[in-house]
Amino acid sequence: MSEPLLKVTKLTKEFPLKGGLFSGQVASVHAVDGVDFHVDRGETLGLVGESGCGKSTTGRCVLRLIEPSSGEIHFDGKDVRSLRADDLRILRRDIQIIFQDPYASLNPRMNVGAIVGEALIIHQLTKTKQQFEERVVDLLETVGLRADHMGRYPNEFSGGQRQRIGIARALAVEPKLIICDEPVSALDVSIQAQVINLLEDLQEKFGLAYLFIAHDLAVVEHISKRIAVMYLGRIVEMASAHELYASPRHPYTEALLSAVPIPDPKVKRQRVRLSGEVPNPISPPTGCHFHTRCPIAQFPLCKSEAPPLKQSADGHWVACHFR
Amino acid sequence: MAVASIGILTLLTAAVLFGPLIWRIPINEIDFTARLAHPSWDHPFGTDDLGQDLLARMLYGGRISLAVGFAAMAVAIIVGVLIGAIAGISRGSVDAALMWITDLFLALPQLPLLLLVIYLFRDFLKNWVGAEGGVFILIVLVIGAFRWMPVARLVRAQFLSLREKEFVEAARALGATTPRLVIRHILPNSLGPVIVAGTIDVAAAIIAESTLSFLGLGFPPDIPTWGRLLFDAKDYLDIAPHWALFAGAAIFLTVLTINFIGDGLRDALDPRRVM
Repeated sequence: MSEPLLKVTKLTKEFPLKGGLFSGQVASVHAVDGVDFHVDRGETLGLVGESGCGKSTTGRCVLRLIEPSSGEIHFDGKDVRSLRADDLRILRRDIQIIFQDPYASLNPRMNVGAIVGEALIIHQLTKTKQQFEERVVDLLETVGLRADHMGRYPNEFSGGQRQRIGIARALAVEPKLIICDEPVSALDVSIQAQVINLLEDLQEKFGLAYLFIAHDLAVVEHISKRIAVMYLGRIVEMASAHELYASPRHPYTEALLSAVPIPDPKVKRQRVRLSGEVPNPISPPTGCHFHTRCPIAQFPLCKSEAPPLKQSADGHWVACHFR
Repeated sequence: MAVASIGILTLLTAAVLFGPLIWRIPINEIDFTARLAHPSWDHPFGTDDLGQDLLARMLYGGRISLAVGFAAMAVAIIVGVLIGAIAGISRGSVDAALMWITDLFLALPQLPLLLLVIYLFRDFLKNWVGAEGGVFILIVLVIGAFRWMPVARLVRAQFLSLREKEFVEAARALGATTPRLVIRHILPNSLGPVIVAGTIDVAAAIIAESTLSFLGLGFPPDIPTWGRLLFDAKDYLDIAPHWALFAGAAIFLTVLTINFIGDGLRDALDPRRVM
């Protein structure tokens, strides 16, 4: 096995909070707090967690849309964090992103041809106007849209079609990795399936790798090869999709999985219920971030010491003192 | 309302543009036999104290008033968009400095300063580009210089909100440079409110020019503008009310219609309709 396409080590991101009399920094939000993971070529890593746990921030840090506070990001042998503006632009031909909200992610005043073809202009990928149009039509057809959609504006499309436009835009530069930031969360269930299938087809066709960020466990299980679970800025468990769903180790993963509805009214099962709210990321709990809500926490160990993410079985990583 | 306003404003503009070609009485033809004549078929808007035809003077004056209005609006919009855009995109200390300047201009007492600037520079410009042109440039610049602040604040606010939008982030992810982000993505989406502010500026500039003329600091006395007509008419309000009435009505109508058009534009460009 060669080295992974994307390798992230000890990534952290703190957002300073300013306030007080002299607008000094009074605190910081620990959005991402030491995250390690990797994505292999052509594979899909699912990243799940509840709102505000830092999964979107992680995705944006990889592309340096948000500057990470510390840690290392290596993509295809390049040190992403040390790249200067010009090299960063070249990097962005290899990593692309698809956004959650198909209504906010398309410029309402540009037509579809201009949106999809923008990258071709920025990176000068086509020489003539005719080449440009052929490539745009090609991209639109790849994502299941028609050539005559080129001259239309985003507001003439449905959510699913808009998401397809966003995917075509990301494909224009022929990336190796696409960060999917909850790409189907804003869509109807029937449309979700279409978009997921499209993403899978594209992966097969172009050998794409995905970092698939979501909070819907069923969707993530379907598309991902491996899944990482995040809680309050840290990865608490990472395993292959099958392994994670069949035998979750971390109590937080157990609770998440027990909340997934089973479409069979006869099945009865034990729900693991979490009490309380997610703690404030401005002052996260000491030790294990999960100890305030954990059903198996033991004090003072969990309160004083953060459990490292360690391999408990082959390819199954857990961050818990007792599992 | 906005459509009717566009009709009336078009009519007014056409009248001042082409009116002098049809209504051929010269603006400075003095006829003492018809001093302060009330409106009649010979002089539909009456005459002033020198027997000059008011319709002709109104039509000619409208050219200047409207030109000042639109030119000052252009100055205000260009300066405002530039400053607002730079502040909004750079943030940090540049933003703070530009907003201080904006606040400073907002805090200046405008009318006394206007008078001072015009008093100081009028003769210089008069020698340079001639009486009429010099005063025109001066008035447009001065009015524009005092009207750009709301536009700058508006544009800055738009930039601050738009730069966080996902489509801007998507363009950054594609590798777009900052100038490209601004020109292709942020600016086009921030212009809706600016256009509306611009229409209001036209109205404000016409009123400002009228104020200056009324105070005797605008164009030379022999050049009629709507404000100058009002200024000259003020001494004869009791015996020749028509003199002031028509000029006042023209200013009123122009400002009102432009404001209605601004309202209409704001509705037509409502982002909820576009997005």
